[in-house]
Amino acid sequence: MIPLHYYLALSAALFAIGVVGVLTRRNAIIVFMSIELMLNSVNLTLIAFSAYLGNSVGQILVFFVMTVAAAEAAVGLAIIIALYRNKQTVNIDEINILKW
Amino acid sequence: MTPESFFFYLLSVLALVSAVLMITRRSPVVSVLYLILNFFSLAGLYLTLNAQFIAVIQIIVYAGAIMVLFLFVVMLLRLGDETQLVETIGSRKLVGIGLSIALLVEIVYIIGFRSGDKHLAQAENAAAIGTVESIGTEMFTRFLFPFEVTSIILLAAIVGAVVLAKRDFNERTK
Repeated sequence: MIPLHYYLALSAALFAIGVVGVLTRRNAIIVFMSIELMLNSVNLTLIAFSAYLGNSVGQILVFFVMTVAAAEAAVGLAIIIALYRNKQTVNIDEINILKW
Repeated sequence: MTPESFFFYLLSVLALVSAVLMITRRSPVVSVLYLILNFFSLAGLYLTLNAQFIAVIQIIVYAGAIMVLFLFVVMLLRLGDETQLVETIGSRKLVGIGLSIALLVEIVYIIGFRSGDKHLAQAENAAAIGTVESIGTEMFTRFLFPFEVTSIILLAAIVGAVVLAKRDFNERTK
């Protein structure tokens, strides 16, 4: 059997890769995809705990996380389309009107 | 090596490699495709954890619906001519990678290898709780209210997406 901490280490590694993507990439869509990757690594943690503790609440929570992720993807991509229409770019270095 | 550890290592390597490729490719379309591969390998890992329902939902909702939406937007925005988008390689990138590695070491230290010898095997009822029947029973009894609330979230997301992405919204309402 695979011990629980193998799954936790894997999801920590996936989360860290997602953080690298958010901090280093400048393309807004790839930053957004890195956030999806981080959400999925947390889902893996929840399901691993659910299986090893024998409790189904973790899997229910994953279902709700997926619903929120779908809503977040729809709204986020609409924001990116609106930004692209106004600025003709998705480079997050050039989208800095909220920064002072 | 037992079949289950073989599948665990295979799918883990696939997930990690596709994640690294996803954040390093220049072209957004290639990145989306690697992310889909990553989601498929995660669905396989969910199967090794006896979560059949979530694995199927992962493929249908994530790899199917959400990533098709991403692919659609990438192609709508004509990002092909933005593959030469200025990607600054500098101190900021190194700081980002350094911070992420620190985070990884921290997480692995705290939750990974401090758990010791506990939870070496899955619970006896692990195969029973991942079925559609068990998830559905929980969802429509104990978690009925949160389940209904998600419909409001989805409605808000639909309205928000339409309002944000609508062209010339202000002109038309004048």
